Amino acid sequence: MSEHDVLPYASFIAIGTIAAMTYLVRVSGFWMMGQVTVTPRVRRMLDALPGSVVAAIVLPVVAKNGLPALLAVSAVVAVMIVRRNDFIAIAAGLAVAALARAAGI
Amino acid sequence: MNPPHDVSPQDAPRWGLAGLKFGVTHTLGLLPGSAVFGMAFGTVAAQKGLTFAEAVTMSAFVFSGAAQLVAMEIWSNPVTVGTILTLAAAATVVGLRMLLMGATLRPWLGGLPPIQIYPALLLNTDSTWLIATRYREEGGNDASVLLGAGLSLWVVWVASTIAGYVLGNLIANPERYGLDLILPIFFVAMLVPLWRGPRRAIPWAVAGAVALAMHYFVPGYWYVFAGALAGSLAGGFIDE
Repeated sequence: MSEHDVLPYASFIAIGTIAAMTYLVRVSGFWMMGQVTVTPRVRRMLDALPGSVVAAIVLPVVAKNGLPALLAVSAVVAVMIVRRNDFIAIAAGLAVAALARAAGI
Repeated sequence: MNPPHDVSPQDAPRWGLAGLKFGVTHTLGLLPGSAVFGMAFGTVAAQKGLTFAEAVTMSAFVFSGAAQLVAMEIWSNPVTVGTILTLAAAATVVGLRMLLMGATLRPWLGGLPPIQIYPALLLNTDSTWLIATRYREEGGNDASVLLGAGLSLWVVWVASTIAGYVLGNLIANPERYGLDLILPIFFVAMLVPLWRGPRRAIPWAVAGAVALAMHYFVPGYWYVFAGALAGSLAGGFIDE
């Protein structure tokens, strides 16, 4: 077996491994919560998570992209508060980001 | 835009068409951005020397933009055992946030038979989870929301991987259209309906601050997990 023959095999093992690890993290949090008692404190921790995940993903991205990202995200918040419509909010966010960059902000 | 309340929130969740529709509908605004990411992955995969079959298999079975793009940074031909171990470790670290997301779904979906819910979680992504979380917050109780959002994103993800691989980057400068910012934009849009007053948002601030600090001072992809975990802990220790 030449080195060339080994490659596709190794790369599919690599892909399978990545897929397996990704599936494992997808299910293990769900599984683990079945093994613990959901006390009021655990409940509050779970309730705080969605917003915390969003903040932890969004803030570093905004910091990295500067003012256009900050303006875009602010526009999204404003539209969501006024209209509560995802489509308009996302469109407004993209438009503000595009305009801010076109204007060289 | 309110979810249909055909099942009471207290009952066991069921698999219906209403949730499926809600899930699909709420991904629509996200699809152009998703397609750009998928094309970016397909293009990078081609440049990195992956075969067409490898690139498409990866998108179909890994189904994670973050994990796949990070994998492309590490990928090198020939693929050695060392490369595989590094790829596995990176996929795990990048995916740690999914651990927390899965945990939040337990109180709602824990009553479903494992044979149904564990395969369904294959389709879970950041966006799928956020759409499902918002749906549940608004009183919905149809677990199909996961399938609707997940399948819709999966189809676009695989299709755009193919397009990116075959055609290269169709959109030369996604930044021009703000498309590189679609994830933060979508996430913030989903966050607003979860607002329950400033006190409940203190953990969010903690999460954001910790994530920022980690992002600047600790190399790698720990910052989302560390930030979210800090926010969750803060939520647990702020007495209501």
